[in-house]
Amino acid sequence: MTQPFIGFEKVSKVFGALTVVDQLDLAIHEGEFVSMLGPSGSGKTTILMMLAGFEAPSSGKISVAGRQVDQLPPHKRNMGVVFQNYALFPHMSVADNIAFPLSMRGVAKAESDQRVRRALDMVQLGALSDRRPSQLSGGQQQRVALARALVFEPQVVLMDEPLGALDKKLREQMQLDIRDLHRRLGLTIVFVTHDQSEALTMSDRIAVFNRGKIEQIGTPNEIYDHPATRFVAEFIGETNLIHATAEAADGEVSRVVLANGQSLSVGRKALKPGEQVCLSVRPERIKPSGTQENRIAGTVRDVVYHGDHLRLIVDAAGQTVVLRSERSEAAPTIGDGIEMSFSPRDCWVVAR
Amino acid sequence: MSRRRRLPVSLALIAPLGLFLLIFFAAPLYTMMSAAVSDPIASRALPGVGSALASWDGSAAPGPDAQAVFARDIRSIEDDQLFGDLVRRLNSAKPGFRTLMSKTRTALREDLKANDLVAIDERWSDPAYWQAVKTATASTFTDRNLLAAVDLERSPAGDIQAMPAGISANRTTLARTFVVSLLVTIACLLIGFPYAMIAASVEGWKRQLLLGAVLLPLWTSLLVRTAAWFILLQDNGLINSALMALGLSSGPVPLIFNRTGVVIAMTHVLLPFMVLPIFSVLIGIPKNLMPAAASLGAAPIRAFWKVLLPLSMRGVVSGSLLVFMSALGYYITPALIGGAQDQMISSVIAYYATGAANWAMAGALGIVLLAATIILYTLYLRLASDQQVQP
Ligand SMILES: Nc1ncnc2c1ncn2[C@@H]1O[C@H](COP(=O)(O)OP(=O)(O)OP(=O)(O)O)[C@@H](O)[C@H]1O
Ligand SMILES: [Mg+2]
Repeated sequence: MTQPFIGFEKVSKVFGALTVVDQLDLAIHEGEFVSMLGPSGSGKTTILMMLAGFEAPSSGKISVAGRQVDQLPPHKRNMGVVFQNYALFPHMSVADNIAFPLSMRGVAKAESDQRVRRALDMVQLGALSDRRPSQLSGGQQQRVALARALVFEPQVVLMDEPLGALDKKLREQMQLDIRDLHRRLGLTIVFVTHDQSEALTMSDRIAVFNRGKIEQIGTPNEIYDHPATRFVAEFIGETNLIHATAEAADGEVSRVVLANGQSLSVGRKALKPGEQVCLSVRPERIKPSGTQENRIAGTVRDVVYHGDHLRLIVDAAGQTVVLRSERSEAAPTIGDGIEMSFSPRDCWVVAR
Repeated sequence: MSRRRRLPVSLALIAPLGLFLLIFFAAPLYTMMSAAVSDPIASRALPGVGSALASWDGSAAPGPDAQAVFARDIRSIEDDQLFGDLVRRLNSAKPGFRTLMSKTRTALREDLKANDLVAIDERWSDPAYWQAVKTATASTFTDRNLLAAVDLERSPAGDIQAMPAGISANRTTLARTFVVSLLVTIACLLIGFPYAMIAASVEGWKRQLLLGAVLLPLWTSLLVRTAAWFILLQDNGLINSALMALGLSSGPVPLIFNRTGVVIAMTHVLLPFMVLPIFSVLIGIPKNLMPAAASLGAAPIRAFWKVLLPLSMRGVVSGSLLVFMSALGYYITPALIGGAQDQMISSVIAYYATGAANWAMAGALGIVLLAATIILYTLYLRLASDQQVQP
């Protein structure tokens, strides 16, 4: 296997009695877009700050491009960092902000001007180069921060919840812009967010963090469809966790029983008989009809209108199941008995 | 409440402040300033002489008419106090008037017909004496004190010229005042900026402790603090004993009755005025700007110069102004800790005001100090607004 571009080896970070990052092993390849996703306080910022050199690991090694960087001060790491609150210099114009890393590297004035202009064009802010950051909107400041982190062509760009302060529309626009830049410039990007849809939209791979440990790392598809743990299943997207007990594993197909004694078949997973498990089924994978293999009967408790679809809250087998249904004339109403079904392929077993 | 009814209420609310400022600030300031430039004695004592000498050319003693007016005015002075003031006023312009005037007055009173002053005393043929009389009676205002405050005077012919060397040292004292104030400001800045940075970077009780330590001097009387420095700085005081005990110096370092002592003590007293404004600006600077500068390739020193210092400039400017302006008026500390060569302009003003009862000179020196300060302040504001920072 090739040497990873960015490598964390058994990296821990301890603040007093609190272990914030716990024996982290992580390999990021060159040109990859990796998102770190996790709830507040799970150590994402700390990991980024260790990579950028603002925090020293309590133990373990961090290497970039095959070189160990633990002794390297932040200003020599050559990483573009986009901070959570932009961190633009308020006493400098937009152009001066972007020129700052170039002047720190002794780039000649003429070349620096040219590169600043190119960077401004890239983020479509050419007309605002003389403004102060305080005279810009949040989205514009965001783009200045991005231009400033990219103008010196760093090998790695670290972004800490860079879109957190933007409204939904602008955030989606910026997500596409950043993804586009990533592809065009071949950047290696480490992107911190606690917004799972943002991570799913943008990343090559997602690392899901919980309490300083990686719960799962993989492509958005793997993470979404095959969550490794209950935490991941709950954290990424919406899911139904149906309690069940493993019954028998016969070859390709395993069977589980629900609390009401009903038996369901689930795909590809070796289960020990008697094991307590959860079935994770996405709401959009459950059909409000009996057309699929695993059928459950229930009573509609609530119908929630969502514009383009309906959400049915159903009591079934002593649990609550949420499913997504198309809008139609024949939509069930509260109190109706209903039969739901899903395919064994669409349910994923995680430990309880 | 309507706008119209609110106005009288607002005026009533600020009335105490207005009255306070008027009675305790504006009025004394006006009194001192007018005392510096008013010179009514001679005009009052010799009411006719001013116009009689107006057309005199100053080459020789004035003609008999003018002398007659002078003699008449002298005879009609009943008030000995007023005469004494007049003599003092004229004598301060030209020595010799004291004997001349009493001799002339006695002679004029004995012989009510005599109008030829030269016959009474030869000195009246000297135009220099008449020049002094003319200047004194010409106007109720004078620039004598203001000129004297910057070591200038008028020649008998009325031109402005430097005072003979050794008579007055106001210019030197004024220059020294500015130099000492500048030294103190620089010392406060060099100590205060890093101190404020440290105080802004820590939190909780450590910050309270640091700020408390720097605020402590403000809670004790200036006199007590100065007295404490007086003890500490002595040849066998704590500092010198420590230096010698540590072997850093073989004999006592002269720290008292010289400029060093004055600067040390004043820096200590004025430090809070530097630390507090800088601190308040520093804690307003977003915490992630310095990491951002580092991530963009700025080594710590350059990040300081390019980011932290420009952003804290407002605090530096207001702190420096506060310290400098306060230092200009310092009086007790230089008087107690300084030597003869370290007295500042305030001591000279205090000497004129309380020691010599010369309110006019005290007022004039005050005006000069005020003017110099305002000019410096304007220059500073001009410079500061050129590189306006707006965090
Ligand atoms: N300097 C510090 N001293 C002590 N504890 C710290 C320090 N910095 C962070 N922590 C703690 O470490 C934990 C992880 O912090 P971190 O900022 O990495 O979380 P995060 O995943 O970035 O959260 P968020 O999504 O809210 O930004 C938190 O519990 C935080 O309180
Ligand atoms: Mg964070």
